[in-house]
Amino acid sequence: MLLLERRPVDSSLMKWASPLLALILTIITGFCLFLSMGKDPVEGLKFFFITPISDLMGLAELGLKMAPLLLCAAGLTVCYRAKLWNIGAEGHFLMGALGASITAVWLVDADGFWVLPVVLLSGTLAGMLWAAVASGLKTHLHCNEILTTIMLNYIALNLLLYVVHGPLKDPYGFGFPQSVMFADSALLPALIPGTRLHLGLAFGLLAAVVVWVLFARSFIGFQLNVVGQDHRAAAFAGFGARRLTWFAFLVGGATAGLAGASEVTGPIGQLVPQVSPGYGYTAIIVVFLGRMHALGIVVASALLALTFIGGEMLQIAMNMPKAVTGLFQGLLLFYLLTCDAFIHYRIRLKRPARQTTMAAKTASGEA
Amino acid sequence: MTAALRLKLENIVKEYPGCRANDGIDLTVEAGEIHALLGENGAGKSTLMKVIYGVVQPDEGRMLWNGHEVRVSSPAQARSMGIGMVFQHFSLFETLTVAENIALSLPPFEARDRKRLDERIREVSERYGMALDPRRYVSTLSVGERQRVEIVRCLIQESTLLILDEPTSVLTPQEVSSLFATLRQLASEGCSILFISHKLEEVRNLCHNATVLRQGRVSGDCRPAEVSANDIARLMVGNDTPISTQVPAAEPGEVLLNVSALEWKSNDPFGTSLKKVALELRKGEIVGIAGVAGNGQDELLKALSGEILVDTGRISLGGENIENLAPDQRRDLGVAIVPEERLGRGAVPDMTLADNALLTASGQGLVERGLIRFGRVREFSREVIRRFGVRCNGENSTAGSLSGGNLQKYIIGREALQNPRLLVASHPTWGVDVGSAVAIHEALVQLRDEGAAIVLISEDLDELYQLCNRLGALCDGRLSPLAPTSELSIEQLGQWMAGEFESAEVSDVAA
Repeated sequence: MLLLERRPVDSSLMKWASPLLALILTIITGFCLFLSMGKDPVEGLKFFFITPISDLMGLAELGLKMAPLLLCAAGLTVCYRAKLWNIGAEGHFLMGALGASITAVWLVDADGFWVLPVVLLSGTLAGMLWAAVASGLKTHLHCNEILTTIMLNYIALNLLLYVVHGPLKDPYGFGFPQSVMFADSALLPALIPGTRLHLGLAFGLLAAVVVWVLFARSFIGFQLNVVGQDHRAAAFAGFGARRLTWFAFLVGGATAGLAGASEVTGPIGQLVPQVSPGYGYTAIIVVFLGRMHALGIVVASALLALTFIGGEMLQIAMNMPKAVTGLFQGLLLFYLLTCDAFIHYRIRLKRPARQTTMAAKTASGEA
Repeated sequence: MTAALRLKLENIVKEYPGCRANDGIDLTVEAGEIHALLGENGAGKSTLMKVIYGVVQPDEGRMLWNGHEVRVSSPAQARSMGIGMVFQHFSLFETLTVAENIALSLPPFEARDRKRLDERIREVSERYGMALDPRRYVSTLSVGERQRVEIVRCLIQESTLLILDEPTSVLTPQEVSSLFATLRQLASEGCSILFISHKLEEVRNLCHNATVLRQGRVSGDCRPAEVSANDIARLMVGNDTPISTQVPAAEPGEVLLNVSALEWKSNDPFGTSLKKVALELRKGEIVGIAGVAGNGQDELLKALSGEILVDTGRISLGGENIENLAPDQRRDLGVAIVPEERLGRGAVPDMTLADNALLTASGQGLVERGLIRFGRVREFSREVIRRFGVRCNGENSTAGSLSGGNLQKYIIGREALQNPRLLVASHPTWGVDVGSAVAIHEALVQLRDEGAAIVLISEDLDELYQLCNRLGALCDGRLSPLAPTSELSIEQLGQWMAGEFESAEVSDVAA
């Protein structure tokens, strides 16, 4: 009989091997899936994982998708370290895009170096505002943050749809639900000329560095870790859970809001309904895959960015449905969570103990 | 069949990763014998009990039950053979009645007839002098009564060997003597009792024979009534450990802490509320708070530490009102706390000792402009380890990897090195080996001599009488008056622990 047995000490090898193992299992499952659909699995995997990043243009696209993922993930890392399960990065992101767009449309005739910072800042603040709602509900009314943040995501989406179909709709846009194009002064400069890769990636990498400093050096990072690992010790030490909750949520809202603002001021240049293909949700996978570590989430965000581009590539090249992106992301998270069990547990073979019970029965019978 | 020999263990070996918990243990218990199993925490007592009760399987060795070799593969099997066990932490559902709790452990055909079961509970409990109402909810019972439920449950299952794990640690002195009367009566009727304890006087008083364990081996057998407590202690700890401290008398100074009319209502239906707690504490004195677990000790500690903010009442430290301050603000004023739970409150198990120093000592220059000064943290941590003789692999070992005694020394040291004005320590030597306990007592006395005021919350009456200038007891969230230790008889203290005192308003017979 197979027995799942708790390890005396958590395996640190497994902690980092688990994401790799999950990736391998995802690829194997993808292989079987392609086979069952009658597609060539080798070619399918090649289109998904390799073709998209085989030239500079592809790499730039990868960086483009990485930027919002990394920004959202950096903020979520701060929350998750403290075991605050903020699922609301998507909502923060959408509010950030919305806030930035409103400012950008309002400043559409303005010119000057200050326009872009103001636009980005308003996006960031909008993200923080949205996170503050969930934080307030948690700290003052003890509402479960998982539920409130998920619900707030839908409210944010509908708010954005309302604005883009209504007040912000371009009057000369032939009825399409989209805003006017922003002024050049409100657009993020390109990182590599000739590609769509913009300054957002730099924001993302900077956020990762900040997260690293926060948890490796700062006292508040230490406090967040203590709250996450042992809330009773945190209460004993006087690390105010309420204060730290606000901090984590506001950081999460700020980075995701900035991500949203960077998206509308970067590759899109206007507000459209499909501003996010689910970056905020995917960022959750990034954080877990990256082991809530700054370097880890950089690598993981690159991998998850690839699933977006790879999915598009499969749609074009092999006529696969769009759902293939979500499928691969889901598989990855599923296998990761499964493999993570082996950080704390190991498998042991147990021999049956049948005879012994019999012996005891007779003994107790005579007693 | 040799009926006289109820249980015989031969060469029991149980190995855990990194530790040989039982290393060739022999033990015999006769019918009608009260047999003590002595040893410090970590000596292997719990493992041996788990082997007997079928919770774990031994790696080597034989177990003979009434002369037959058996392998006990589960507690259910142990119960069906006639082995009953009362754990230190009771396994009762508070929201169910006494009878329902007992019915849960019986085979269905017996459990179904509730009227008959009620009768049997009354019959058994009366016969052994343990009055119990089968219809009462467990949440309304005192700790002593809950223990009775556990014992009656074993008796209804017709156990012929009763294992009791530190049964007296939760009882008042009066309850202890009534428990002993019950146990003697049971033994005289042929029931064998395995009595696990580290309280030597009780063992000498109650038990016929004793087996002493040290580091997983039997270090000696004796007839406890015929040897001195000191001799038994030597068997428990070995020859190179001091067994107790001599505490020189202290001269208390001016009043430092004044607590008056403290009220706090618990939100938890099974929690304890604090009622009109008043106490006065001088510099350079240790005040002891006795009481049976769950009578408001933890709440009082939290009220003093700031983990809970009291509803009404005043806490003044050196003339400054601190009742509305948060734990870290109080710590900045010189309040140090040693909570009852070492792991999961006093220290974070998976963090290193250095990180755990940062938990409460961040005000000692370990953090500058929001950044951690890791060099200083390590230095502070090493200083605690060195000064308090903490046995570990340096400041990078995780807190969870230390033994209870060593971790406790570390926590006490962490607080002591911050030169507190007020130290509140809860059960500082609970589950701690004798050597560490002595070191902890010495640390407390030294702090006292340096002028700190200390509140010592403990269930260990020996410890309280040894260390404290004045003593009182908590019962149901009320604090008794505090009397000088030398004038307080143990009977009087026992009555206070049972709640027989006037309101604490007229307390504070100054020392």
